[in-house]
Amino acid sequence: MTETTAAAHVGHDHGHDHAHGEEPNYLQASHGLKSWIFTVDHKRLGVMYLAAVSFFFFVGGLAALLVRTELLTHTKTIMDADTYNRFFTVHGAIMVFLVIIPSVPAGLGNFVLPLQLGAKDVAFPKLNLLSFWVYCTGAVMAVSAILIGGVDTGWTFYTPYSSTTSGSVVMMVAAVFVLGFSSIFTGMNFIVTIHKLRPPGMTWFKMPLFLWGIYSTSIIQVMATPVLAITLLLLIMERVIKVGIFDPALGGDPVLFQHFFWFYSHPAVYIMILPGMAVMSDMIAAFTKKRVFGYRFVAFSSLAIAVISFIVWGHHMFVSGQSELSSMVFSFLTFLVAIPSGVKVFNWIATMYQGSVSFETPMLYALSFLFLFSIGGLTGIFLGTLSVDVHLHDTYFVVAHFHYVMMGGTIMAFFGGLYYWWPKITGKMYFERTGQIAAIMVFIGFNLTFFTQFFLGSRGMPRRYYNYLAEFEDLHKLSTFGAYFLFAGLLLSLGTLVHSLLKGPKAPANPWGAKTLEWTHTASPPIEHNFHETPHAPAAPYDYDT
Amino acid sequence: MDAEQLKQLQSMHLPLDGVWLPKATSTIAHVVDDPFWIIYWACVIAFVLMMAPMFWFAWKYRRKSAEQKALSQIDHSQAMEIAWSVLPLVFFFWVFVLGFRGFLEMFVAPAGATEVQVQGQKWQWSMAYDHKGDRVSVGGVGAEFVFPKNKKFKLVLKSTDVLHSFYVPNFRIKTDVIPGRYTTLWFEATEAGEYPLLCTEYCGTDHSNMLGKIKIVDTEAEWHAWLDKMNTTVVDVPTGKNLFETKGCTACHSVDGSTGLAGPTFKGLWGRNEQTNKGPITVDADYITESILQPQAKLVNGYQPVMPTYQGQLKQDQINAIIEYIKTLK
Repeated sequence: MTETTAAAHVGHDHGHDHAHGEEPNYLQASHGLKSWIFTVDHKRLGVMYLAAVSFFFFVGGLAALLVRTELLTHTKTIMDADTYNRFFTVHGAIMVFLVIIPSVPAGLGNFVLPLQLGAKDVAFPKLNLLSFWVYCTGAVMAVSAILIGGVDTGWTFYTPYSSTTSGSVVMMVAAVFVLGFSSIFTGMNFIVTIHKLRPPGMTWFKMPLFLWGIYSTSIIQVMATPVLAITLLLLIMERVIKVGIFDPALGGDPVLFQHFFWFYSHPAVYIMILPGMAVMSDMIAAFTKKRVFGYRFVAFSSLAIAVISFIVWGHHMFVSGQSELSSMVFSFLTFLVAIPSGVKVFNWIATMYQGSVSFETPMLYALSFLFLFSIGGLTGIFLGTLSVDVHLHDTYFVVAHFHYVMMGGTIMAFFGGLYYWWPKITGKMYFERTGQIAAIMVFIGFNLTFFTQFFLGSRGMPRRYYNYLAEFEDLHKLSTFGAYFLFAGLLLSLGTLVHSLLKGPKAPANPWGAKTLEWTHTASPPIEHNFHETPHAPAAPYDYDT
Repeated sequence: MDAEQLKQLQSMHLPLDGVWLPKATSTIAHVVDDPFWIIYWACVIAFVLMMAPMFWFAWKYRRKSAEQKALSQIDHSQAMEIAWSVLPLVFFFWVFVLGFRGFLEMFVAPAGATEVQVQGQKWQWSMAYDHKGDRVSVGGVGAEFVFPKNKKFKLVLKSTDVLHSFYVPNFRIKTDVIPGRYTTLWFEATEAGEYPLLCTEYCGTDHSNMLGKIKIVDTEAEWHAWLDKMNTTVVDVPTGKNLFETKGCTACHSVDGSTGLAGPTFKGLWGRNEQTNKGPITVDADYITESILQPQAKLVNGYQPVMPTYQGQLKQDQINAIIEYIKTLK
């Protein structure tokens, strides 16, 4: 701990934890439940989002543990088929809509973005509050759907199964519809904030890369989410008033649903990964004490990913019955989107060259990201290749691929960011050793759980299978064991943070010696209005010296 | 399906070839496997090329004291940016071409392939072969479908209810099976053996039991012999019982009097008086036949209209065998 506090006093920090009287920090500035429910402070909203996201991560994770427990044996283990189908649906729906999509933007982004811009708050603080209320409403609706009747369609709601099966499909789909608006409002808010509230001297290319990533994410959120909203509305109409859009029994086309759904849901996966990449840039800079290599390339790659993400959705549908020509076009475009992602990873590794590399918990998560996201990204090549995808589509290979990018990527970055900004958010330091042990447990558990699934998939094991052929049992047992180990690591990780709230030492203004405005110009935690006066942007985005 | 049948079904063997892939037993498998291995080795090399520097830099430049700064602030190299954008792009283009050419081969059936109709429904596969002027229909949970090796077949697939997907890992073939539309696949098997057929588009409760067995025989003669056998249905109680157990009926109808399932129990069914939504009926051969082919025609009161039709899947002599079985359930 003493090493980092020493580093914090180097340089020109303006941490105001000692001067300017006793202005309380944002956590102390007002009291009572109403001061939280009706807050327009981006920092309090960020904290509430983080609490909600962590809670639902735990719930979604429990669902996953139950799914993996059932899969310990190749026939019934602890539940019947219908229950299993509901659990894998719950796991997917909660993780996608209630956890990963809001985690970095609404959780960390809300807290950090205005601070990195030297601003008092986002452009529309009340809209931000509305965003959170809408999220809560959607969450309550989703939980009701799960508890009353359940949903067994998978998080993808493919028709006509979803337009004809019993269960609370309408409520769940309506919940996702509502949650979409939370996403849209946050995206709008961030776009305007970045355009209009940058401090003096902060041109676009002087912004921290975290902001480039959040900005690109926001563009996708605003443009793609409405398509999902309309699609879900159409699905509700089909179920309730039997308008034939997707169900062939009513004259509809089931593949049309897939086009509509994936038109949003493919960009959605970039809504999930771009913020994780945004956090990565800032973490790598801080824990190598170096400017991020290839700044402009990393910045533009975020925009490139945002744009290309809209034209590849058909790679989820190579064997759906769409024309071979469509499949060919989508395959070609899918390879393009891999390039900017690769560019980022190469630039982060290059940043480490001749840096001063330390291994605090956030950096362990960042290194995990580099390892795991690389595997996830590389396995995407198999899936983007048409003939190979015919064999691998809808098998565990796909499940492994997306867990490597979404969990090995985004969630690792989210945890890294949580640890990285924890001193700023809470004013406490966490206990480093357990944080590091937990990060290593998570890394090991993750690989045990999911690398195994590549083998399952390439050998022909389909997804969403309650029973399975006996000869796959050994690999499933290994994957389940890994899942328990992973869960233990995650518990230790969250436990380390919770423990710090109770017993952690007071954090200095800039424990990492980082160079972005939230570290150099605010207290830990910040005062309610963040800054006493608007700071001037640093000369360069990560202004380290040698 | 009872526990014993389930165990039987799920102990089907899927032959493997090495650690990663199933044994390839069709002529088209190479358009999957060749690019698979190219991509595999490229990924291994790429991963090492990325992780080796990462671990090396982490070690070599590890911070040894709190104030230690970076050795340099080198932060750009246009040459590297171009190299690591263009070189992957070239590789991707090559792999893309391999993939799409293989894909076209996989989905454009060669001329002269023999057509077989395939139907997917919750939760079984059935196929209809044209044989000696007849349409021979075979199907059921875990049903065996025989084909000779070294002969090209074109499958024409449809669903009667929701999306399914027809997947034979050993042949490397897969297509979604859609209600209201046809999709097609073709294959030519290279080796005799038994290869699992798996539904791989989630379709509800028994999605993971929706399996079949593709049995490849050495000669067309063996195949014809099997077709002849399938074409004649013995109308007797054991045949009826087998059909009852493999055509999905047990999902909704008990034989021991248990209620609470989606359909009425068959215990004591023969000759029973029932109240239906079209008035009272007595269960006879006509009613049973009608219920199998047009399940919603007369719905017993208290039950939902959820029974799927077996039109096109069960011939009258198969229905007669089922009736013989039902007569024994007192």
